[in-house]
Amino acid sequence: MGNKRAAFAVPYVGWLALFVLAPIVMVVIYAFSSAGGGFTLENFSRMGSYAVVFTRSFKLAVIATVICLLIGYPVAYMISRETARFQRIAMMLVMLPMWMNFLLRTYAWMSILENTGLLNRFFAAIGLFRLINGVFGTDIEYFRMINTQGAVVLGMVYNYLPFMILPIYSVIEKLDVSLVEAARDLGANSVGVFRKVILPLSLPGVLSGVTMVFVPSVSTFAISKLLGGNNELLLGDLIEQQFLGTAYNPYLGSAIALVMMVIVVVCMAVMNRFGEGEEQAVML
Amino acid sequence: MKKSSKLNRFFMALVFLFLYAPIFVLIVFSFNDSKSRTVWQGFTLDWYAELFRDSAITGAIGTTLLVSLAATAIATVAGTLAAVGFYNMKKRVRGPLMTINNIPMTNADIVTGVSLCLLFVAFFGAWSGFAGWFNSLGLFQLPTRLHMGFVTLLIAHLTFDIPYVILSVMPKLRQMDKNLIDAAQDLGCTWMQAFRKVVLPEIMPGIVSGALIAFTMSVDDFVISYFTAGSRTSTLAMEVYGMTKKRISPKINAVSSLLFVTVLTLLVVVNVREAKQQQK
Repeated sequence: MGNKRAAFAVPYVGWLALFVLAPIVMVVIYAFSSAGGGFTLENFSRMGSYAVVFTRSFKLAVIATVICLLIGYPVAYMISRETARFQRIAMMLVMLPMWMNFLLRTYAWMSILENTGLLNRFFAAIGLFRLINGVFGTDIEYFRMINTQGAVVLGMVYNYLPFMILPIYSVIEKLDVSLVEAARDLGANSVGVFRKVILPLSLPGVLSGVTMVFVPSVSTFAISKLLGGNNELLLGDLIEQQFLGTAYNPYLGSAIALVMMVIVVVCMAVMNRFGEGEEQAVML
Repeated sequence: MKKSSKLNRFFMALVFLFLYAPIFVLIVFSFNDSKSRTVWQGFTLDWYAELFRDSAITGAIGTTLLVSLAATAIATVAGTLAAVGFYNMKKRVRGPLMTINNIPMTNADIVTGVSLCLLFVAFFGAWSGFAGWFNSLGLFQLPTRLHMGFVTLLIAHLTFDIPYVILSVMPKLRQMDKNLIDAAQDLGCTWMQAFRKVVLPEIMPGIVSGALIAFTMSVDDFVISYFTAGSRTSTLAMEVYGMTKKRISPKINAVSSLLFVTVLTLLVVVNVREAKQQQK
């Protein structure tokens, strides 16, 4: 103990043990238990049949993360180049949707992407389908957008994009301008300055943005249910079904959750080797 | 740089359009005089009126606000105290504790939710055994069956709110000049007074932003609440999720619009105030 004031943390340390560590221990115990209560590895051996779901979840999450990065990084960078007033308003606008529950935002996309939804009505109104049918001799009345993997990825990007923009912006914004000037003085052009100075220095923000987008994406179940229908099951859906759904089996659910957790932790550990594993997540 | 600036603005405008178009659609169709969420049939305020007559929705809004406000208040105080404690610890002790503290933030929501659910169920099982034994003593009767409800929901929210408060208070404590506390105590303050008059004002921005993040996380949360609220308590998000299985009523659009306008107003007020303070 550093000094007496450290005692202030004691109740919270108890809380951590009870409500953070103990639940994880519970998951591990359940994952290795059978319904009868004995030790078993069956929960893990049964998981082979869910390999499709695992690959689909990770694939969609990776795609969503990459898209978020490709959109989020330039936006964060551009915002940081603007005047202080502009930055303030822009960041407010980025955060504002986060205060609306993400289910409401996802629900909004349902009405846009439906077969009889707003986008398809818009396409019909501008005569797009007539044009396509005329040219290709097809007979389509709408684009199938909802209940596809694309819609699920769109939902992830839409919901988690602010999580990518915020940390990257907060790192770039704090960047020392004199470093950029020094690089310029030493003869670097804009591309050189960006590649050699700004990009490496903003890496911690990128890493924390990637984590904050990837983890909720890979484990989501509401987005896939709302925008993916029942045919694009993800890991989250699988876990949910074992706990609150029709296929009640918390032992299998725990095993799936445990495997997902381990894979995510390993991914993050590997990724953080590239940056410094800072103990503070950069969010605000 | 200057040449591409127009293109930059255009790109940003596109991204903001992407972020706000769905919200705009939600708001427009909250005034639609039909159950359809895609065909415009004329203007009405009926959904707003119906919304306030729907006790399930108003109840859910109440639960959401209550649990978010309570969790934010408790988490802000507890998190600040814990951060002060952590700050005074040796690095060797603090390091591992901070790692554990980060678990609820880095872990997937569904894992946090599911694991807390398992814990609560296990505790209730143990409790009913204990209560059965205790009641057989005949002193007084304890309830033997406990259910997940508001209390478990609040505990779950605290579990993910407190780490955010700690994380935003910690840097402010580190930035603070350590000599300030010593100076205050040399001048006759007790430690408590020094804390109130010197430390607290220094770390206030961290506390405020921590509280703000905690509230945001609580209001935005669906997954963890879904697994820890039990079958009788439900938040707004759970209500919406329940409806998506059947048919979604435009009342939900009305809720969204009200929520959006409230948040927008709050943000504008806060920002205008901050901007004025900076000008002074």
